[in-house]
Amino acid sequence: MMTDATQIQTPDTAALFRKRTKKRLLLLAAGFFILLFSVFLDVSWGPSDLTVWDVIRTIFHPYTEAEVGAATGGMSLAQVNVIVWDVRLPIAFMAVLVGAMLGVAGAEMQTILNNPLADPFTLGISSSAAFGASMAIVFQWQLVPDFNFFNLWNFHTGSILVTMNAFIMALVASVILYAFTKVRGVTAETMVLVGIAMMFTFNALLAMMQYGASETQLSQIVFWMMGSLSRATPNKILVCVIMLAIIVPYFVRRNWALTALRMGDDKAASLGVNVKRLRIEMLIGVSLLAATAVSFVGTVAFVGLVGPHIARMIVGEDQRYFLPLSAMASGLIMSATSIISKSITPGVIYPIGIITSLIGIPFFLSLILAVRRRSW
Amino acid sequence: MTLQINNLNFAYSKKPVLHDISVEGFKAGQLTALIGPNATGKSTFFKCVAGLLKFDETAITVGGQNAVDVGRAAWNRKVCYMPQAFSSSAALTVFDVILLARKNLSGWKVNDNDITEIAKVLEKVNISHLSETYVGDLSGGQQQMVSIAQTIVRDPALFLLDEPTSALDLRHQLQIMNIIRQESRERGILSIVALHDLNLAARFADHVVLMRQGRIVLSGSPHEVLSSPELAETYGVNIDIHETKDGVLTVAASL
Repeated sequence: MMTDATQIQTPDTAALFRKRTKKRLLLLAAGFFILLFSVFLDVSWGPSDLTVWDVIRTIFHPYTEAEVGAATGGMSLAQVNVIVWDVRLPIAFMAVLVGAMLGVAGAEMQTILNNPLADPFTLGISSSAAFGASMAIVFQWQLVPDFNFFNLWNFHTGSILVTMNAFIMALVASVILYAFTKVRGVTAETMVLVGIAMMFTFNALLAMMQYGASETQLSQIVFWMMGSLSRATPNKILVCVIMLAIIVPYFVRRNWALTALRMGDDKAASLGVNVKRLRIEMLIGVSLLAATAVSFVGTVAFVGLVGPHIARMIVGEDQRYFLPLSAMASGLIMSATSIISKSITPGVIYPIGIITSLIGIPFFLSLILAVRRRSW
Repeated sequence: MTLQINNLNFAYSKKPVLHDISVEGFKAGQLTALIGPNATGKSTFFKCVAGLLKFDETAITVGGQNAVDVGRAAWNRKVCYMPQAFSSSAALTVFDVILLARKNLSGWKVNDNDITEIAKVLEKVNISHLSETYVGDLSGGQQQMVSIAQTIVRDPALFLLDEPTSALDLRHQLQIMNIIRQESRERGILSIVALHDLNLAARFADHVVLMRQGRIVLSGSPHEVLSSPELAETYGVNIDIHETKDGVLTVAASL
């Protein structure tokens, strides 16, 4: 009955699908190993003359006190420990973690807003974070007061004032957005429009802050906004790991629903997706990830936009592959950024915000040219 | 398995769209055509039955159970709603999106059974050659064929298809309607299909329901409904009915 004069011979679709699934898994594995290699390169690379062997040895087996005491001549073993463990590893890990957070946030932002230009910062999160940071730099305003919780937890903002303010303001932007969507309806259009409005508002407030700032403060603000991985500390890394460990599994559980959302709201709803609730849940998760990333390393907007696009071009938008590869691609961009930022001029570490765009864009453009298939 | 609807009312904000819709006696294996002018509430009716809108859900029962009894997830598996032609730019292959419908949000694992079922459906709908193409690269008609495949790959008790033939050429219209009728009969699925083409309704439906301004005006056999004066009145046109030698009704309309 179903003969068709124009029909091309029927391919074995099941076999093609299996082949593609295998290919996608191999690509994920390849991505993981490239990322691992990049982290290792990042740790090994730097101005002090550590050999690759020194680094490997120190990572897997830090020098003990006895060895440190016994060594003589050249760089002391204690210094090697410090360079590898206290300086390079935190930066290398921070780069990957921040990249992954921005990648995941960007991927889901593009999915829930159905917009290829969306990234965590489309919603004004980076602008509001920068505004929060500048409040701390210019006026020393403290958005979270010091408190003492029954003598159990004595919270003192102190050195993390700038980070804390940036984080709080990033969340404020998300809450405002959430309030708007509550009133106006949770559609992609409302979210994008309100997000862009907030971005401009906070940019204007930031500009006003910069206008009134002293020269030193101004350079501090500019430096903060350009982004730096040297602010990495073990505590910040721990926070990033916890954030990812809580939020990513949550996103993973919504894999099918998120994939379905790319077929349009009606189609997703017909498959049983509660579209409004999904958008709100994702908005909360994405805000937390982006706010953490931005408050720790400054604004590195480009990564969250491009990482997901690279992943989409390689494995498509089935979230089971798209989400992990977005995280890896963005993590890899940040890791490569970290390496390049310290290799242009020996002894100088360039701001990452500049490097991400400089290396990411040519790579991205070459991918657009190489991949014939339209991916948006 | 039967579908029963008692006095279904629905309003968007304060604008009433559906008034006292009552339906009974729709049986498994039958294909019902839902006809009526544009903006008469057909899609809203589908969305209500599919549970996408908020209303008194006890008004609708399938096989004696309503959505409140069985729970949202179970209702979604029972009722399979296909929205009007979708347009997606997603980087998802045709196979991916049919898999998506097949899994219907349940479970991670894709087993061999899923894969062979999808391959069969692709063949049935005659889109095997598109299996590795991104849905964003398909034509409107091809996307509609994919949508049909997404529908029949599921295992529901009720099909609600909103204008499944709107973007298709003549040959594909007939093919798709054939598939829907065949699937309904073989698998005992109750199908309601919104149609603008009255000839398709005449040819394929066991039952025709005429809607006008949110109310059911007529419900009966294709012959009863299509030859009634209410039909011409509802559409505001003159209608001529002919019966071919093999007993198929054809409808010709003029202003």
